[in-house]
Amino acid sequence: MTTIILLAPLLGALICGLAWRWIGEFAGQVIATALVALAAVLSWIVFLGFDGGTLHVTLMRFVESGSLSTDWSIRLDRLTAVMLIVVTTVSALVHLYSFGYMAHDHNFREGEAYKARFFAYLSLFTFAMLALVTADNLVQLFFGWEGVGLVSYLLVGFYYRKTSANTAAIKAFVVNRVGDFGFLLGIGAIFLLTDSVRFDDIFAAAPDMAATTLSFLSIEWNAATIVGVLLFIGAAGKSAQLGLHTWLPDAMEGPTPVSALIHAATMVTAGVFLICRMSPIYEVAPNAQALIVVIGAATAFFAATVGLVQNDIKRVIAYSTASQLGYMFVAAGMGVYSAAMFHLLTHAFFKALLFLAAGSVIHGMNGDQDLRNYGGLRKKMPATFWAMMIGTMAITGVGIPFTYIGFAGFVSKDAIIEVAWVNSGLVFWMLVIAAAMTAFYSWRLMFLTFFGTPRKPELHAHAHEAGRSMLIPLAVLSVGAVLAGVVWRNVFFGEESTVRAWFGESLAMNGHVLHEAHEGPAWVAASPFVAMLVGLVLAWMMYLRDPGMPARLATSARGLHAFLLNKWYFDELFEAIFVRPSQRLGSWFWRRGDDRGIDGVVNGVSLGLIPAITRLAQRMQSGYVFHYAFAMVLGIAALVTWVSFTGGSR
Amino acid sequence: MDSLLSIVTFIPAIAALILAVFLRGEDEAARKNAKWLALLATVATFLISLFLYFGFDRSNPGFQFVEDHAWIGGLRYKMGVDGISVMFVLLTTVLMPVVIGACWKVKHRVKEMMIAFLVLETLMIGVFSALDLVLFYVFFEGTLIPGALLIGIWGGKQRLYAAFKFFLYTFLGSVLMLVAMIAMYFDSGTTDIVALLQHNFASSPLTVAGITVMGGLQTLLFLGFLASFAVKLPMWPLHTWQPDAYVQAPTAATVALSAILVKMGGYGFLRFSLGMFPVGSDVMQGLMLWLSAIAIVYTSLVAFVQHDIKRLIAYSSIAHMGFVTLGIFSANQQGIDGAIFQMVSHGFISAAMFLCAGVVIDRLRAQDVDAFGGLQSRMPAYALVFLFFTMANVGLPGTSGFVGEFLTLMGAFQVNTWVALVATSGVIFAGGYGLRLFRRVMLGDLIKEALKSVTDLSGREKALFAPLVLFVLLLGLYPALVTDVIGASTAQLTQTYQAALPADAGIQAAAN
Repeated sequence: MTTIILLAPLLGALICGLAWRWIGEFAGQVIATALVALAAVLSWIVFLGFDGGTLHVTLMRFVESGSLSTDWSIRLDRLTAVMLIVVTTVSALVHLYSFGYMAHDHNFREGEAYKARFFAYLSLFTFAMLALVTADNLVQLFFGWEGVGLVSYLLVGFYYRKTSANTAAIKAFVVNRVGDFGFLLGIGAIFLLTDSVRFDDIFAAAPDMAATTLSFLSIEWNAATIVGVLLFIGAAGKSAQLGLHTWLPDAMEGPTPVSALIHAATMVTAGVFLICRMSPIYEVAPNAQALIVVIGAATAFFAATVGLVQNDIKRVIAYSTASQLGYMFVAAGMGVYSAAMFHLLTHAFFKALLFLAAGSVIHGMNGDQDLRNYGGLRKKMPATFWAMMIGTMAITGVGIPFTYIGFAGFVSKDAIIEVAWVNSGLVFWMLVIAAAMTAFYSWRLMFLTFFGTPRKPELHAHAHEAGRSMLIPLAVLSVGAVLAGVVWRNVFFGEESTVRAWFGESLAMNGHVLHEAHEGPAWVAASPFVAMLVGLVLAWMMYLRDPGMPARLATSARGLHAFLLNKWYFDELFEAIFVRPSQRLGSWFWRRGDDRGIDGVVNGVSLGLIPAITRLAQRMQSGYVFHYAFAMVLGIAALVTWVSFTGGSR
Repeated sequence: MDSLLSIVTFIPAIAALILAVFLRGEDEAARKNAKWLALLATVATFLISLFLYFGFDRSNPGFQFVEDHAWIGGLRYKMGVDGISVMFVLLTTVLMPVVIGACWKVKHRVKEMMIAFLVLETLMIGVFSALDLVLFYVFFEGTLIPGALLIGIWGGKQRLYAAFKFFLYTFLGSVLMLVAMIAMYFDSGTTDIVALLQHNFASSPLTVAGITVMGGLQTLLFLGFLASFAVKLPMWPLHTWQPDAYVQAPTAATVALSAILVKMGGYGFLRFSLGMFPVGSDVMQGLMLWLSAIAIVYTSLVAFVQHDIKRLIAYSSIAHMGFVTLGIFSANQQGIDGAIFQMVSHGFISAAMFLCAGVVIDRLRAQDVDAFGGLQSRMPAYALVFLFFTMANVGLPGTSGFVGEFLTLMGAFQVNTWVALVATSGVIFAGGYGLRLFRRVMLGDLIKEALKSVTDLSGREKALFAPLVLFVLLLGLYPALVTDVIGASTAQLTQTYQAALPADAGIQAAAN
């Protein structure tokens, strides 16, 4: 069954992408969607009927060289099962949504075929993501890892006539490759240490790793630490963590369904998945864990600050994604991988919902993405409004304090904040403040879009509610955004024995931290709720009660506003220290190194030593060839004579 | 089939002879006959060479299909292939029909061109299957004549400069290699490569002109061969002949050079440097690894700033050869398997990349990337092919480009983590320049007038790309097609290599 889940989307991608000329675009779209839907249904069957063991299916041989040996294979355990439903469900809904969203895209000309290509990419992405989560060894995981990167590149740059889209696509790919650089070195270290890249062997060797040292870059490291750090670099690239986050906001150049599927629900969570998958190593690498917690908390905080002032509706949500991924990393770094997976799951539902609802707004507003041009859309798009409202309540964490009853984000985010409290006050407060900012920018987005007066009446006049294919996915995701937290809290963040029993062998975990998190004081448990209220009230004051206030604030704190609006100047910084110097270095190597340096020496030597040959060669058409042949014949003659006279080869 | 290897080797030469003797005239019909005969000969060679692949005993690490006859003087004509060389023979035979197909549109001195390619094929197969030093030398140096002629006669504006540079670099290497070969014969008393592989060349330190040479004679012999193989592959900093040669040569010749001919350098390193001078290789290992890592970063950065589409691909090609030497001199199974895989894979990918460049250069008579832009909307099939090979070139898993790069990096990591770190950064740069090239040629809005009537791939072009796509995917998804064949031979090579090292070096390797 898992084999069908894995291969159905690939089949859909191939049929839709290659055969649409013969079967028609619409048939291609339907086939691709149907096959992903099939995978989704089967995934739920697998998930609900799963017994908690670990299942291996070997499909075919893959890279083999000496002791390095891998297969194309499927590993099904609880961790995979959770990812299966996330990936296939969101993907199937996004396929369905795209029927409406991509129907008449103004980025393409009349009569130009693009829909089949779009659906083929979506299905191909789903396949690659499934290959990633079902991998039984690091090489296949890397195959999926790069596969999703490729499709992300293709879809970010889907509007290939737009310069900004092409730039963003390349940026997404290259920044991810910086992460892959760490990932590959991590695989190298693991292979050196364990002589294997298969998960079972690696997990078995993990305890020894903690007691081994590895010489990396002339420094003696604890083996588990260095492996953990290198793999985390890969994870940070994929999951847009601080330093490698710059590609994610730009990736919003892609069509909105892509943002929902790839840049919110699935691909960007692959980094979190990787950390959870390698949990046996991280459990014995406290230093690597500490790094993850610090980077995760910093990302959660940083991205939230930038989200406060963005005006592009999709960029606000993109920064919110980076921020929420930071929360997940904090939980994973604390050793409570189940809490990270919990937030991953709930986040997939409510963030996909937010993006798809935002897509519905953009669609209704004729492609405009600027929040400043919206306003008063509640009446025009009631269904979208309610979907967005549910998504906002989920992400900001609306619920009943001191119970587990609330929207999905209420339950899972509180879990992470409670875990963070065990670590240190600093991390805890960073996450709480980030939660307040999350509430602020999420409600700001709501208020600017759906409340107040229309700021662009001509756009507002034409605004319309989306069609059924777009509203059904919103409805389904809304159910998830409401219920996912309540339903699954117990198995992801309940008593230690329950969580351990549910995840079985698929996760190592730090039961101690989980236990302490449950024992935290009441004010800790209440703090995210208070933070949410603070954010809500501030947003209400600034955008509904006194709409002139944001502008006044921006002028009075011009420096800070510019700093946030320009995303802490990370892009400018990287441009100055990486991109431009490497271009200058490349030019210098070429002009100075190759042309003047190496060629200069070679030409100098040749002109100095054998001017005759040079001049002759320049004059005669192919004189040098004959000289060469002559020299060679002489050489052979000498060798032959020598060998013949001394007895030949015996 | 006792003489299968000779049959495979000499079919192209016989076809060349037939062309030279019997084909007269310069009219359209003669040109057509020449091309069809060449295509037929190369396809026949390929089909017959399949017997080598399927008849090869994969569990036997030694030489197979061995032929041994008396030759001129006291010399022997001895041919044979092991797991390593049989892959190169097959790479040659499978790619030559593509090369012939790539020059289908040539009008100038077609017969001579076909003869040059056919002779080149015989010589290249000969290099990979010769088991006698003299025979190897004849084949190895012989390739330069058709090679230089192809650049010098059918090349672009600066073809003479390029051909001369090609000659000059190689000439230096040949002289040193010849001296080394004579020294080998002097020391061992044989020119039989099989016997030489068993022979222990002296490795105690020597003093030459006041300098103590670690590894003694082995190191000196290593250096003698180094120049020749390093120029051929090429290794940084002996690479500068290559961009000029690739840019000036006609597309088909560029394909033949980059996809097959340069692999003679990698093969030479494996057969001679590692196989016969393990101690010398070990002495030089650090330097060779660093040159490889520098090559990857340096040429990638240079590729980043290129405007000429062929020159960009040429630099990218040199960077990929950096992975080859990196793997070879890691001297462990993953490194060597990876290096061979990388060479085979690069054969298909670089052939395809240069053909991709050829497609637009033929249509628009321009090589500067700024002359293109937005072609995707008029050339969807071409865009797909170009993107596929760009990704293969970047080393995306699922394509053959990944397996070689991955294995060489795994091999290098076990030997030297600094080198592995520098070399791995190549995966970032490759993504950068590859996607930038694709973007500047294919993406954006199509606004240039000259491009508005451009046509998509023709049937002939699709037929050229189809086998390349097939092999890149097959090898990427099921690498055992190559690793099964080379495995036994490379395992033996690494074992004899490690066994030959002095005890202290062995301990050092284990400690690292």
